[in-house]
Amino acid sequence: MKKAPKPLPACATPVAEGMKIFTASEQAVKAQKGVMEFLLINHPLDCPICDQGGECELQDLAVGYGGSASRYHEEKRVVLHKDIGPLVAAEEMSRCINCTRCVRFGIEIGGAMELGQAFRGEHAEIMAFVSDTVDSELSGNMIDLCPVGALTSKPFRYSARTWELSRRKSISPHDSLGSNLAVQVKNNRVMRVLPIENEDVNECWLSDKDRFSYEGLNSAERLTKPMIKQGGKWLEVEWQVALEYVSNGLRQIAHEAGAEYIGALATPHSTLEELYLLQKLVRGLGSHNVDFRLRQSDFSADSKQTGAPWLGMAVADVNLVDRFLLVGSFLRKDHPLLASRVRQATKKGAQVNLIHATDDDLLMPIANKEIVPPTEMATVLAQVLKALSTIKQATLDTSVQQIVQPVTPTASAQAMADSLASGERVAVLLGNFAQQHPQASQLQLLAQHIATLCGAKFGFFGEAANSVGGYLAQAVPFAGAEHGMNASAMLAAQRKAYILLNTEVELDMQNPQQALAAMGAADMVVALSAYKHHAMEYADVLLPIAPFTETSGTFVSSEGRAQSFKGTVQPLGDARPAWKVLRVLGNMLNIPGFDYNNSEAVRDEVLGGGTDVSAKLGNVLHSVSAQTATWNVTGLQRVSDVPIYATDAIVRRAASLQKTRDATTPCALIHSIELEKLNLQSGEMVKLTQGQGSVRLSIIADDSLPRGVVRVAAGHTITAELGAMFGTIRVERA
Amino acid sequence: MLSEQVRAKIDRELKKYPPDRKQSAVMAALRFVQDEKGWIDTGDMVDVAAYLGMSQMGVYEVATFYNMYNLKPMGRHTLTVCTNLSCQLVGAMETLDYIKNKLGIGVGEVTADGKFGLREGECQNVCDEAPLLMINNKKTCGHLTKEKIDQILAELDKE
Repeated sequence: MKKAPKPLPACATPVAEGMKIFTASEQAVKAQKGVMEFLLINHPLDCPICDQGGECELQDLAVGYGGSASRYHEEKRVVLHKDIGPLVAAEEMSRCINCTRCVRFGIEIGGAMELGQAFRGEHAEIMAFVSDTVDSELSGNMIDLCPVGALTSKPFRYSARTWELSRRKSISPHDSLGSNLAVQVKNNRVMRVLPIENEDVNECWLSDKDRFSYEGLNSAERLTKPMIKQGGKWLEVEWQVALEYVSNGLRQIAHEAGAEYIGALATPHSTLEELYLLQKLVRGLGSHNVDFRLRQSDFSADSKQTGAPWLGMAVADVNLVDRFLLVGSFLRKDHPLLASRVRQATKKGAQVNLIHATDDDLLMPIANKEIVPPTEMATVLAQVLKALSTIKQATLDTSVQQIVQPVTPTASAQAMADSLASGERVAVLLGNFAQQHPQASQLQLLAQHIATLCGAKFGFFGEAANSVGGYLAQAVPFAGAEHGMNASAMLAAQRKAYILLNTEVELDMQNPQQALAAMGAADMVVALSAYKHHAMEYADVLLPIAPFTETSGTFVSSEGRAQSFKGTVQPLGDARPAWKVLRVLGNMLNIPGFDYNNSEAVRDEVLGGGTDVSAKLGNVLHSVSAQTATWNVTGLQRVSDVPIYATDAIVRRAASLQKTRDATTPCALIHSIELEKLNLQSGEMVKLTQGQGSVRLSIIADDSLPRGVVRVAAGHTITAELGAMFGTIRVERA
Repeated sequence: MLSEQVRAKIDRELKKYPPDRKQSAVMAALRFVQDEKGWIDTGDMVDVAAYLGMSQMGVYEVATFYNMYNLKPMGRHTLTVCTNLSCQLVGAMETLDYIKNKLGIGVGEVTADGKFGLREGECQNVCDEAPLLMINNKKTCGHLTKEKIDQILAELDKE
């Protein structure tokens, strides 16, 4: 810079009026060379065998600004490799140039300082505390941030060079954020997934689930041929045979028993097009039993809502909120990147108020919290509402008066109300747990009134990539003129035929016990799946469909952002995109309106041309009123989370994610006082029973849980014998 | 678990800083732990981290950065001999060798009876007294000669 006596670092010099900067002056070039020489002094010259080769910032800089030879002849320092977990490899720490970006990421974005720089000077090295592991659900971003080959991707290591990979855009099929992905492909195989920067959605980050789930795409469990069960044996058949079998079977059941004996269950990880064609097929057959809300248990808000439940605000605006009320959400594990945005907001002074049944560390300051059993969540909301109505001197709507009248706000409910009332940009958000709750509509109604009183944004985090899209695709039983059965009713009143789209009933449903019984009793179960799974036990036909990387489609994220994507690789084996399979089935069954040339035509039919869906979104409940305590549980009640790496078929088969601490075999957790009452020791094996089924798990004392509950994860094979995610559960010594 | 005395000392230290800057007391907290038991193990760092509401790794960074923290047992009396330039010019290395021979231990080691530990240290800012050593990071003894070292060791041995 002109008139400065020394060269100045660009990254740490504020720009000022009239500054004259020379980036290629003799002085600047000399300084750059000097810095490069220092950086390279201890850096090993192992680029040919380094995984970062070809995408290494240091390599690029060395080529651009470094000297051609080193003047350093002394010994280079050696830093020992570390094992910091199954996702991030820290095998060549001698390559580390101690920039500490990984440390900063942990502190500023991840919320926990898991890596740090220990020792000093020549001996400084990046490590986790006493050879601990990095367990953050965002840890993969450190790989992207590392400018050298010190932190690399363990699953991807040594499997391809960056210049051999083609880079194709896609959208995450997992959580409801709709992260933008760059899927990297070699020889028609997905080798790696990286983020595409989108400030409005995932910024430049990806959660580990989005980043490493691709391993599940290449799983050995992939279904590659249509299969039919005949005489108890599975036979691989041609598509034509399988589809004829399905269409004949469906036609026969519709004819003999009636179309209402056909039900369809799809996961919210299916695309908009798939869900739309599925409901069109089912309705074309004359049934209205179609649902994608598999883990929901309270459907009383159906058709009483102004639109599809959504986030109620733009994702980017989450950072600007100054008061949060989070109801029933395993925020960090269910929505890793949204949690990070809430964390950013708290750094700017936002207050987080939490009403939930567990007290997992959110890695951010929580202003007020009420950790109560599921049965009491509505009461706590009523208390907050009452306290808030006093502050705002507002009269309450008649729909909530009955429940609000008898309650007296506790000190923490009062504190929450004070906090919310003092905010300027308030958000009241309901999590997955609140949506799966047996009193979901009550919680929604109370939260809605709280939001109205404090002028807050009001919304749902949304469980999966297409939780909003499912409503738009009309894959709900109340979308048509005639109302059908919802996901829960279809199982309670067993149907004769079930069409499963991506669904593994024992893992994806609210009540796996009931679901398996219904599947077992059905005459015909058609499973459209990318994987050979437990359906082999109860299904009659398995149709191999393509996961998100092998099909085109659209996901509508929780903020109502419709994002379409194209297939990145060819479908594996004989697998086909599900929308094509459903189209052919529609044609074979002579249902009109199944002549689509491409998935875009389906999308346009659903969304009416554009991608703006805002007119179809709406969280406001009408003609629902809250009642006092209608739900009683005797004895202990179950609290279930769906662990982060158990949410959908793809992640459940992603090998490296399954080795993380988040994917360890679930234990039953219980408050130590309850444990004492049961006369059990922490660590003991117990028998947990719900309805007809029971499982054996070890039980661990966890005093952060409220009294009267047992926390048992859902979505896991080990707990699939159990019943609903909420309700009574019996614990006894095994 | 931090002892009651250590916690009381940390609490007093915390009054010097704003309530949302509790981690400012980390260096003092580690010092109190070391004063009490002679060294700091990883469990102590975890306890300090919990007490000050900071990350465990953050405490580890501090503890490993400063060389006056003992990360392993260093005997009842830790002798730290300054080996920086001013001391070296007037025979710090000879002083160090003499102590090594006398105690029969090397730098970073502890005598078999656990009484003495020996370390190399950095400048104590009293170069006019060189060569010098420090006892338990508290007491500086300068103008060292063989006789003076013998005398210091004998006195410490009696304690």
